[in-house]
Amino acid sequence: MSALIELTGVSKRYGNIKALEAVSLEAHQGEITCVLGDNGAGKSTLIKIIAGLHQHDAGDFTIEGEEARLRSPREALNRGIATVYQDLAVVPLMPVWRNFFLGSEPTIGRGPFARLDVERMRRTTHQALLRMGIDLRDVDQPIGTLSGGERQCVAIARAVHFGAKVLVLDEPTAALGVKQSGVVLKYVTAARDQGLGVVLITHNPHHAYLVGDRFVLLMRGEMAGSYQKEEISLEELTRQMSGGSELEQLSHELSRTDTA
Amino acid sequence: MKAAPTAEPAVAEREGDQPGHKSLGRLMRRPELGAVVGAVAVFVFFSFVADSFLQTSSFSTVLYYSSTIGIMAVPVALLMIGGEFDLSTGVMVTSSALVSTMFSYQMTANVWVGVGVSLLVTLALGLFNGIMLVRTKLPSFIITLGTFLMLTGLNLGLTELINGTVSTKSISDMEGFASARDLFASQLTLFDVEFQVTILWWLGLVAVATWILLRTRTGNWIFAVGGGAESARAVGVPVARTKIGLYMGVAFAAWISGQHLLFNYDVVQSGQGVGNELIYIAAAVIGGCLLTGGYGSAVGAAVGALIFGMTNKGITYAQWEANWFKFFLGAMLLLATLLNAWIRKRAEAKS
Repeated sequence: MSALIELTGVSKRYGNIKALEAVSLEAHQGEITCVLGDNGAGKSTLIKIIAGLHQHDAGDFTIEGEEARLRSPREALNRGIATVYQDLAVVPLMPVWRNFFLGSEPTIGRGPFARLDVERMRRTTHQALLRMGIDLRDVDQPIGTLSGGERQCVAIARAVHFGAKVLVLDEPTAALGVKQSGVVLKYVTAARDQGLGVVLITHNPHHAYLVGDRFVLLMRGEMAGSYQKEEISLEELTRQMSGGSELEQLSHELSRTDTA
Repeated sequence: MKAAPTAEPAVAEREGDQPGHKSLGRLMRRPELGAVVGAVAVFVFFSFVADSFLQTSSFSTVLYYSSTIGIMAVPVALLMIGGEFDLSTGVMVTSSALVSTMFSYQMTANVWVGVGVSLLVTLALGLFNGIMLVRTKLPSFIITLGTFLMLTGLNLGLTELINGTVSTKSISDMEGFASARDLFASQLTLFDVEFQVTILWWLGLVAVATWILLRTRTGNWIFAVGGGAESARAVGVPVARTKIGLYMGVAFAAWISGQHLLFNYDVVQSGQGVGNELIYIAAAVIGGCLLTGGYGSAVGAAVGALIFGMTNKGITYAQWEANWFKFFLGAMLLLATLLNAWIRKRAEAKS
């Protein structure tokens, strides 16, 4: 089965600064690809390339086997790539239903008389959230009044509703407590079960290992490893994440100064 | 579609979902509520202190004055909801009038030609503001402060250069003046009271702006670019295009105001308009627009303009010193903003 999206040796520079160097990644239908890395490892640069906010300088980026160079988030959406950012790309003061359809509003009528299909927007939002397990009585409340987990759910439900083939999630559990994180991971697997390819960006190996099928490790803009689930254990993943050999050396040095 | 896991419906359980409470909550959440309360208070106040305030002719005068502010306050409110300022609006109105009259006069053309040229020039000014904003990414305060100063200088300088004085020549004997006056500065008689046609322009703009804001995709985008430009861009909203469009909307209203100015007085003073931009902004803020963007309404801005009109004329009818007008406006602006903030806090706490 060919990959929905595939990056091969992708690099990106900002002026003289190397942000990303020769990174490869695949996302397949019905699978979750986890991108792991510490702060500044290049995760957000990677996500911006996939989402169409930035373009790569070198390497290949293919969508369903076709060479791609995305010039805008709109273009990425049209090719079936939906990105849910850490800030969720929602506008806090706007009602839930307006946020749900933002940028892809359905209208009735033509030309200058085209108007929002408000009833359908309200109903669809309510139903889409219900399918995800959130029963919101009033879709008119500003989305800023929802909890972090609920907002995440709205963002994921939005991507699923608009027929995304690939769902890119940027640190969906970073700002959440343990219980809310669990709820969000359930939504992520629900999206996977609906046939989407998911790219999950996180710095939490425990969350990643729970749901991931493939793991790509980033370190200072470079690829530090790429594994299938059966090739790596949670312990090994955690060890590599937390600095791996560097950490061992550090503890070794520390213990020597102790005994000296 | 496969059944998704039913995850904790309890998460979404919220208090106070009884139907009665909900509609009240919705009303409380309207941005213009504070302005409406304020307008009623101002109306009641002047009804008591100014004897002639309640006469129908006064009513017409108040509405006329309100409309001259409201025509500009409505698009300025839309721009503020979109997260930007325009300080060049006051002098842009004058520029629009000057271009119209001087083009017709110098070319000895039908005044409608001048009106048309003025529309193009004024829209170009809005386009300039908008393009400068999205290209340079400087704050709109700086960009439009620049436009404001440049236009102030151009208005005076060019008028002086072409006419030799600070005011324009009369064009009332020129072809097309009568029909243009009908459109921009005529009176309509309704129930034996004369109303200025600008009131219709004002109401029309409020209706169109409200329709755009609440019922079109563009309206959704205006709220979004003001409430979270990065988020809006990320979901595919054309942020730059929306903002440029808002500046051109302001310019369009400046053209209407400018033509009214010209055809009402025939002669245009090139130095006028300075300071009005702040009145338009104040009307929009009293009407519930947030300075930070993403929140507000066209109806609110119209009510804000009405408060200005009632206060201005009410002070005259009460035979007070007109100098007090600005003081009252300042106090009203602060009160309205505090009231709006308080209402919004309560509405958000309850929902």
